[in-house]
Formats: sequence, C-alpha cells, structure tokens
Amino acid sequence: MFDIDKWQEIFATIKKNKMRTFLTGFSVAWGIFMLMILLGAGNGLSNGVANNFMNDAVNAMWIWQGKTTLPYQGMKTGRNIMFYNQDQEIVQKVHGVGVSSGRYFMGNTRYSFGKESGEYTTITCQPHLRDVENLQIEKGRFINEIDIQQNRKVVVIGADIKAALFKDNEAVGEYVNINMVPFKVVGICTEPGSTRNRNAYMPLSTAQMIFNGNNRLHNLALTINANTLEETKAIEEQIRNALGRQHKFDPKDESAIGLYNKLENYIQTMRIFQAIKIFIWIIGIGTLIAGIVGVSNIMLIVVKERTKEIGIRKALGASPASVIGLILLESIMITTLAGYIGLVLGTGLMEMINYFMVQSAGAATATDQSETIFMNPTVDLNIAIYATLLLIVAGAFAGYIPAKRAASIKPIVALRDE
Amino acid sequence: MIKLNNIHKSYVMGNNSLHVLKGIDLQIEQGDFVSIMGSSGSGKSTLLNILGMLDNYDEGSYYLAGTLIQNMSEKKAAQYRNDLVGFVFQSFNLISFKNAMENVALPLYYKGVPRKKRNQIAMEYLEKLGLKDWANHMPNEMSGGQKQRVAIARALISKPKIILADEPTGALDTATSYEVMEILKEINDSGITVIIVTHEHDIAAMTRQIIRLKDGRIHEVIRNGELKEFKKSYMKELVTA
Repeated sequence: MFDIDKWQEIFATIKKNKMRTFLTGFSVAWGIFMLMILLGAGNGLSNGVANNFMNDAVNAMWIWQGKTTLPYQGMKTGRNIMFYNQDQEIVQKVHGVGVSSGRYFMGNTRYSFGKESGEYTTITCQPHLRDVENLQIEKGRFINEIDIQQNRKVVVIGADIKAALFKDNEAVGEYVNINMVPFKVVGICTEPGSTRNRNAYMPLSTAQMIFNGNNRLHNLALTINANTLEETKAIEEQIRNALGRQHKFDPKDESAIGLYNKLENYIQTMRIFQAIKIFIWIIGIGTLIAGIVGVSNIMLIVVKERTKEIGIRKALGASPASVIGLILLESIMITTLAGYIGLVLGTGLMEMINYFMVQSAGAATATDQSETIFMNPTVDLNIAIYATLLLIVAGAFAGYIPAKRAASIKPIVALRDE
Repeated sequence: MIKLNNIHKSYVMGNNSLHVLKGIDLQIEQGDFVSIMGSSGSGKSTLLNILGMLDNYDEGSYYLAGTLIQNMSEKKAAQYRNDLVGFVFQSFNLISFKNAMENVALPLYYKGVPRKKRNQIAMEYLEKLGLKDWANHMPNEMSGGQKQRVAIARALISKPKIILADEPTGALDTATSYEVMEILKEINDSGITVIIVTHEHDIAAMTRQIIRLKDGRIHEVIRNGELKEFKKSYMKELVTA
C-alpha cells in the first residue's frame, strides 16, 4: 500500500494519459459535487422548516373546549364542554404530560399608561406557558409561582405594547392600567417566529379573581414527553379519556374538545424530510455510480493497453495479487482524489451560500424573528467522511473488474510478438 | 537440472484441438548451453514456455531443480519464475516508462528487495554488461543491442539457475547478434544453464547442444562434438535447398 514503487508506477501511467485521467476523475468529481449540493439543499430545507417549528416548543400541545357531537350516557349532542381549574390538574396527572398552563381568555383589554393607550390581547396563564410557547424575555422576568399564589397584579407585556405605551422610557416597574385596574409591569417579552408582539401575559389566578373568571379556564397549553408518533397518539388518547370521564363525553368524540398536537406534526414533517433525504441519497448515489462506471470503463482500457507490460511483470515474477493491487490502487486513487475535489467544491459552494444567507438575514433582522424555509444549507463533517469512505469503496468497485482481468492475463499471450 | 518425461501439449481452438507437443523426453544438465531449433509450428516456443512455467502441459512430467512443476497456482508459478528462471525475449520486452536501471531492478522488486538496494544491484549488473552510462536512459533511447543487454541484465539480476531466451538475436543485426551470444556464453561459463530458441543455424552452432524439433517431437539432438558434423549437414541442406 505505501510502496513508493507502486505509487510511482501509478503516477507514471496517469502522467502519460492526463486527458483520459482528467475525464475519468471529472465524472466522479461531478457525481460527488451533485450529491453534496443536493444534500446541502435538503438539509437547508429541513433545517428551515425545523426552525419554524421551534417558534413554540416542539412537543407543545394545546387543548380547547368544544361541543359534543356524539350522544353519551343518555345525554344529547350539542353540549358545550367547559374547562375549570381542576381540568388542568386532571391533564397534568396523565402519564407523559410535561408541564402545563391553564389559560383564561379576557377578550379585548384596554391598556393605558399616561396619555398613551391601546387595545391588546391579554393572555392569562401560569409560569409554564413560557416553556410551551418558547417566549423570550427581553427584560425583567416572566410570571412566577408567587404571582399565582398571591394573586399579584403584575403583567408581562409584549415588546410592541411597551413601544406603544412607554416609547423609549423604562417600563419594568411602572404601573399600567388594564381595563382601569393598575398592574405592575414586571417583564417585556417577544415571541420567536412572530413579527408582532402585541400580547400581554397576566397571572391566571389574578385574572380570574379580578375579571370575574371564578375558576373557569378556556384553554390548556402543555408539553408532552414522547419520542414516537405512537407515544404522542397514546398520550393524546389518555387525555381525551381523562377529560371524557370528567365531563362525561365520548372519548371518541373529536369535537368535544379541540386538541392540537404539535409533536405529531413535527414527527410527521421530519419523516417527510427523512424520505426526502433518502431520495437525495438515491439520486446522488445514482450520479456517483455513473461516474464510477466511467472509471471502470477507463480502467478496462488501461488494462488492455498495459497487457504487454503486465505480461512482462508476470514473467518476471509478479504474483496475481500484486497485479490486482496495481490496478486497484490506481482506480482508488483516481476516484478518491477526484471525489475529494468534488466534495470540497460542493461543500465549499454550500458554505458560501450559507455565508451570504447569514449575511443578508443578519441585515434584515437581528434575531430569529423571520419565517424561513431555507436555513444552514450545509453538510456536516460526518456525511463528508461517509462520502469519502464511499468513494474509496467505489474506487475499489470500479477497479475490481479491470484488476481481475489484468490478473488473468496470461504472460504467453501478452508476450506473443505481433 | 531439467527433466521432461513424455510431455504433451495441445491447444484447443474452438472445435479444433492443435496437438503441439507430442511426447517430449528431454534432460538438460546444470551448466548446459542448449539451443532449440525447428521450423515454425514445430513447438519450440511452446516448449520454452513450459520450461519457463509460463504455460501448463497436459501430460507427462516436468522436473525443474528436483521439483515437480505441475498444476501450480499462479502465485507459486510466479515465485518459481522469479527464483529460478530469467527470460530474454526477441522484442526485449522492456517496460517503456522505466529507465534501464529500473527495468533491471524490477525482478528484485517482486522479491521484496528494498528500493535503494535493488537499484544498487541493478547498477552493478548494468556495469557488467557495459551499460553503466545508460542507466538513466529510457528504452526508446537505446539501440537494439543495448536493449537486449538491459534485458539480459534483468534476467540475471535474480540469480536464476536457467536463462531462457526466445529468439534473443531475432531482432538484431549479425554483429550485435554475435555480441549477445558472446554475453550468453559468458553467462553459461559462470555455471548458469542457458536455453535459447532460434532458427538461425549460425547462432545455434555457438551453443553446445542443439535440439531439433519436428512436428512436436524431438527430431535429433546434436551434442558439442558433433557440431562439426551438424555444420556439414547444414551446408548440405543449404546446397540442396
């Protein structure tokens, strides 16, 4: 393998046939180049969509109240299902549920500070909503447990509300009037993936007390812990069963409660990308095979041309193994070298595209606030290593048949004088 | 040294079978200088190929240096060729992209001799053959005689027991032919068995034993002392022809 002579021989033949070697190498380089670009583009698409999912926790689930459409235990259809505080406890007890937050809707609420005022959406919640919706705290803090326990009149306002009411002034620590009730601003937040931050967050208990909520809930936000589609479905079913027992509705009644399972969507989408990735590999490897067949072809011609030389070597004592080694190494070298050039060019191009994308994205928005379906279109090092190994194997494949033929050359035939 | 018993060889070409050697019995001792003669198609090259383990035989037995050479794997045959036999060809068969020294050193490469050492040995052999100044020349820069001398150096470098030469002078002019024969004679004097195939009577006459093949059989064997006789009959042949 690391025999200088063998390498010298290989270089000697390559040198003698520059054009031929170039054309052979080119087909392999092109194959790998295309594979890298396809993989990079596939990754870019996949990363972009995955990033959009990250606007909320990937494993988020929302449950809202609905109306029954199936008769159950002698009760008619069309019953409204209403959530109360204990429903959150019921859901929280379901195996596989991570954190949860109940939510009570207040409708439009008027916010005012000094002379400025506006109507914004108030979301009443518990501390864990932040985990479910991936809220980013720009300043101050989010709602905490003590706020809930003490029914504190505090509020976390969206960045747009802050900008409208407070302009450039400090907002945290100030009191803002919400439907004429003063609340202390404790934090400013943004929602990732959204260009509008016009929501305000208020402790659920406080809202229920002050704005006649009693123990009513409208909506539950939670996270679930599952790895597979089947697990998420199982958790979903358990939640329907538990709430069905509590509210006496048929667990099979899809309309009694609304349920959005993000993890399910995420897993399904990622499956599609998995399929796309496989598809890309198939196309890429197909292109590569075309290149390899080219190498194989050329090597056959090389063997044909070198018949006499191989005959001489055999007469002088070259074993079949050493002849196979000679041809095989040349083939592996051409494919590996050419493939590596293709690899570098392909990944280089993708990295360049990525660089310019990051540059232009950085100019548009400083944070990850924009919707994108193309992100980080690069191929990671592992894939590149696999591709290199693939090339070596491919080179061996390409050289095998020609090498076999070379080994079977009979010296007397090769040395017969024409 | 070499012992052939009833060697048969036929080539199958499609439906036809060409029976080339029809029972060759032959014994060649260590240090012999033998030429094999015969008209084309008499089987002389086939015989040489079998002697050189480049070809198999169908029937009989062949002992080389006490070893039965039969149904050997290619690897084994390659090893034996490397150890025991040196080849000299009519068309020299040097490797065109290697210089003289590298060509001479090639058999040692297959013996596993390190590069520096084998190049050094190759230089010694080139010097013996008077080609020291041509060591770095490519084959296409040399004359026929020089090329054949390089080929002889290459045949000698692995210290073989036998040199097999297939028409070694076939591509050379008379003066060069005699030079080459002179070299082969010297090699023979050093104790190496030399077997050449030729159809030139004057070349054959320089050897010590002539084996004449006819239709795949040994027609006659003429030994050293009878060479004069041979020359006479050869002259007669020329006259009658």
